[in-house]
Amino acid sequence: MKTFFLGFIALLLISEPRAGAHTQSSAYLSLNATTTNLTGEWHLALRDLEDAVGLDVNDDGVITWAELLSRKEAVSSYALSRLHITSDGQTGALHITKLLVDHHSDGAYAVLGFEVEGLPAAKRLELTYNAFFDIDPKHRGLFRLEEEGQTRVAVFGPDTSRQTFDLTTPAPRAPFVTFLLEGVWHIWSGYDHILFLLALLLPGVLRRRNGEWQPVTAARPALVNVLKIVTAFTVAHSITLSLSALGYVHLPTRLVESAIAASVVLAAFNNLVPFFAERGWMVAFGFGLLHGFGFANALRDLGLHTGQLAATLFGFNLGVEIGQLAIVAVFFPLALSLRELIFYQRFVLRLGSAAIMMIASGWLAERMFDFKWLPF
Amino acid sequence: MLRNTLAVYGAGITVTLSATMLEGEPYVPKDGSEVLETIRSTAFDPVAHQMRELRGRLTAEPDNVPLACQFARCCIERSRTEADPRFLGRAQAALAPWWEAAQPPIDVLVLRATLKQSQHDFTNALADLSLAARIAPNNPQVWLTRATILTVLGDYSGARQACLTLAQLAPGLIALTAIANVTSLNGGAERACSLLQGTLGANSSASVDEKGWALTALAESLVRLGRTSDAEAAFKSALALGQHDPYLLGAYSDLLLDEGRAAEVADLLKNETRADALLLRLALAESALAPRPASFEAHVSSLKARFEAGHLRGDFVHQREEARFTLWLLHQPQSALKLAQTNWQVQHEPADMRIFLESAVAAADHSAAGPVLEFIQANHLEDVELAKLVEKLNHK
Repeated sequence: MKTFFLGFIALLLISEPRAGAHTQSSAYLSLNATTTNLTGEWHLALRDLEDAVGLDVNDDGVITWAELLSRKEAVSSYALSRLHITSDGQTGALHITKLLVDHHSDGAYAVLGFEVEGLPAAKRLELTYNAFFDIDPKHRGLFRLEEEGQTRVAVFGPDTSRQTFDLTTPAPRAPFVTFLLEGVWHIWSGYDHILFLLALLLPGVLRRRNGEWQPVTAARPALVNVLKIVTAFTVAHSITLSLSALGYVHLPTRLVESAIAASVVLAAFNNLVPFFAERGWMVAFGFGLLHGFGFANALRDLGLHTGQLAATLFGFNLGVEIGQLAIVAVFFPLALSLRELIFYQRFVLRLGSAAIMMIASGWLAERMFDFKWLPF
Repeated sequence: MLRNTLAVYGAGITVTLSATMLEGEPYVPKDGSEVLETIRSTAFDPVAHQMRELRGRLTAEPDNVPLACQFARCCIERSRTEADPRFLGRAQAALAPWWEAAQPPIDVLVLRATLKQSQHDFTNALADLSLAARIAPNNPQVWLTRATILTVLGDYSGARQACLTLAQLAPGLIALTAIANVTSLNGGAERACSLLQGTLGANSSASVDEKGWALTALAESLVRLGRTSDAEAAFKSALALGQHDPYLLGAYSDLLLDEGRAAEVADLLKNETRADALLLRLALAESALAPRPASFEAHVSSLKARFEAGHLRGDFVHQREEARFTLWLLHQPQSALKLAQTNWQVQHEPADMRIFLESAVAAADHSAAGPVLEFIQANHLEDVELAKLVEKLNHK
């Protein structure tokens, strides 16, 4: 039924709040904590911003994108004055990185992307949220904290405007160290890179003589050869990784991943039926260019730390090199001690290469046709 | 392998908000002239102009009672005509200096009760009204709001008492409509209709808003009596008054939906997608059309998003609508019944009874319907649609 509302002044009012209208004022705030940075996104309804800072500049009853852009400073400073993030007494500095638009079920929203700086090693975050409460006590800030696949939600209201969240994410380190470790980890957890390296390294303690593999006589040239292969690979992928990360070149992920799988197949096949030169380092360099694009995709997903791009890239590349050298450190002495055995030449090299080829062919098929059947 | 590695990091790194929170991907509009939002222009809309001016003055003098009340009243009125509860929040902000006060000025007290009622906080709204009745027993608004709340709660004798006091203080179409409304729900539907029809004929000088309310109440009573063509005539007279009244549109749409005239509802409500209750009726109409309009899926997911946003906020104001949505559009009778039961704890209007009984029938849980069946019988409620449901439930 309807609610009839009599005014006391000559004014007569009907109140029909029970028509079941749309949701009241809400804003959507999300924070994303990773090992490297703290970023966020804040969706604020244009109708709330209109009342708070004024958006309809020409007062024609519509808010256009141009009007929102022209009020970007006012919107940003309003938002920044209404959200405070601290950790153990330290205040995070919020930087607005972008202004976008989104449409929710109840209208258009301005979307502010932001970065939080100055909270290194934060273990708990204290958020103070005060947007719009003064003009609308029914406003609620719907908050979502994302970290390492975990999601927590909370609601900010006038009585719950300050809330604390413990972070389980390891404390953010300097980007250089973080990405160095990410580089090492990326090599160890990315089987395709390991198998590619192994395919190149397996014959590293042998030489090709009259169509047959022969063990090298001295360790030193073999070690030099192996280090050349690894370093050529690193130099090559550093080049393409940097070009890609800096935005100069971009290749589709699926194409890159398929080509990487193909490179593993070829490298292994070459051990069985040699068809390219014995100069392993040149092969490593050529295919390294390709793998660099793959690293770039991984790096992009980790979230590049803008402003410290050089340190990030250098750290990641160095990490990849260290990860590879660690593999060499295990593989080389082992291969060197076994190289004289017919077992090594027959079984380790051939069967190993054949196995690598088969696995990589599986990846190639998966990646080309976008399905999944291998467990790794 | 790359993909595995990416999966491990990607899960934690990409900002993933559920569909509840984000409807699309945020984007940068290509054109500066792209219209993002429509609001009331203060240049063309006198009320919007007045509200802006009032808010400006209120910022300078937040403790000015007449100013705060005037602004709050404007906001309440806007929330009704635009079916936008955002304005109720704005009204509450104007009353903030007295929101927690034990004994605020009488005008503030009555407005505070109205806002609490709009949040379905009936207990505290009635407490404010009791206090107001002690301070200003001759204030008709106090008794009207009290009658309204008690009617919603199904306390018809209490509501009738409040109506009688109101009629003494402010005789006229409003008091008569309030009394007729209670009577029509409490065993006197025919009498209430004649009373309203007679009064409407005699009160040609009443304001458009008053007439609109009386006609809507009449139409709803006629619908309950099964006199659908008379009801439709009353709805059409109300619509002909030319006021944008979301409540009226919703009530009329319900009649059309019951008569299987979904296409007319789809046409009537095609531009009313902002108000949840009207979007719900639009989606219900679309679900009955063959072929279903392209907008149907989007309307259903929009409603879902709104109800979920309400849950996140901790709002449970629209449980009746949500129960209806859950039963007829999500086809989940058990969940609908739960919602209808929770809603029944709060309010007792015919629409609350109907969705309760419909859910009980659909969920084949006839014993759950007990409280509603008892209420209908005890209060002699006359309603042909409810009678059909009662019949169904009693026959099994």
